[in-house]
Amino acid sequence: MSPVYYVILVPSTSYAVRGEHVLNQKGIASKLIPVPRSLSSDCGVCIRVAADDLPAARQALDAAKVPYDSVHEF
Amino acid sequence: MIYLDNAATSWPKPSVVLDAVMHAMRDVGANPGRAGHRLANESGRIVYRAREAVAELFGAPDPLRVVFGANVTWALNLALRGLLRPGDHVITSSIEHNSVMRPLRALEREGVALTVVPCAPTGALDPQQVADALRRETTLIALNHASNVVGTVLPVAEMGAIARRHGALLLVDAAQTAGAWPIDFVADGIDLLAFTGHKSLYGPMGTGGLLLGERVDPARVAPLARGGTGSRSELEEQPDFCPDKYEAGTPNVPGLAGLEAGVRWVREQGVAALRRQEAALTQRLIDGLRAIPGVTLYGTGDAARQTATVSFNLAGVPPSEAGLRLDEEFAIMCRIGLHCSPACHRTLGTFPEGTVRFGLGAFTTSNEVDAALDAVRQLERNA
Ligand SMILES: Cc1ncc(COP(=O)(O)O)c(C=O)c1O
Repeated sequence: MSPVYYVILVPSTSYAVRGEHVLNQKGIASKLIPVPRSLSSDCGVCIRVAADDLPAARQALDAAKVPYDSVHEF
Repeated sequence: MIYLDNAATSWPKPSVVLDAVMHAMRDVGANPGRAGHRLANESGRIVYRAREAVAELFGAPDPLRVVFGANVTWALNLALRGLLRPGDHVITSSIEHNSVMRPLRALEREGVALTVVPCAPTGALDPQQVADALRRETTLIALNHASNVVGTVLPVAEMGAIARRHGALLLVDAAQTAGAWPIDFVADGIDLLAFTGHKSLYGPMGTGGLLLGERVDPARVAPLARGGTGSRSELEEQPDFCPDKYEAGTPNVPGLAGLEAGVRWVREQGVAALRRQEAALTQRLIDGLRAIPGVTLYGTGDAARQTATVSFNLAGVPPSEAGLRLDEEFAIMCRIGLHCSPACHRTLGTFPEGTVRFGLGAFTTSNEVDAALDAVRQLERNA
């Protein structure tokens, strides 16, 4: 079964909010959620996007130079 | 009541600033970036929007290189302490506020070499003198953009060019100019811009920060404090990236909400329009003071070359007495004395008595300027 969501792990909340803002501007829906414990012991937030939106989301973040650490199925 | 102490802190604040502070406290309230629930995220957005507003105002490309702290004093300490190492040479001017001078004097005792380039008695700085002071070990030029005593504006873009040619960094204390004078972070060649939120950005006290330019490597800038950031919590080491590296502890979210509103208000008015308005009132004040016998005016005497801060003295009336009488008899609030800048007063020749300082702001009216001039005339008459 293909995943419904991906989560994009970013260095900190500041980056998550900046990422959310960049995606918003491109019309890509996203949600800030706590980093799943299985992915990282970090207590921060990450950006969740629909699987279909992942390529566009990555492109938007790259274009805006928002660094992210990793991308995971969720 | 006439408030002419805007150089210390602006007042009143636009009502949107009060609303934003109240909204943050009443409707949001959560700790940003430390939970992930909706209120925590909204709190994080408030802080982010403040970064974005500040970056946009100064034309800085990356909002995540806006680091927030308590005020410009904190930001200047971060930049100076964070960057300078024994053996480095730093150049500053002779009209600096103690928030630059005291950290530099302390660093000097720790082995940092310091050159204080003398300004003219008007506060004006000759760029050539800065160029002449450069040494092989010069890593930083640290200057205020404008004097908080006489308003004289220093040639920041020339300093940026000089720093760049030499491979040094330029740190600007924009306490008196941020929001009141055009600043182009990139075109002016500024590497570190320190600002305070409570003056011409019309935000609350307890807000300020430092913008780091592209030539500043965070690996070279040590933090002032270390602690919780809500990020990389698995590590017992401080994160090494901006802004988290420099922002340990819970930030002033209500203050930053107000700062964002203040910056947006400034951008709506337009820095150029605010400048025109303040320049006109400043010239009116300068010309009026000059026409009063017994008044000694300091600075350039030219509103085009200074901020809306004017210093003067009155023959036969010491500044302390002038300040008291302006308050008690005329309900005019100003600031007298040395204005945290003994260096500047030595440059003006007004140390240690100081001056009377009128600081105009965006809400100052020409009627208030005229009333202040009337008050000075009366003080002079019964000196
Ligand atoms: C030029 C200058 N630098 C630094 C400061 C210190 O500002 P703050 O008290 O907000 O840190 C001020 C204002 O007081 C100032 O005018």
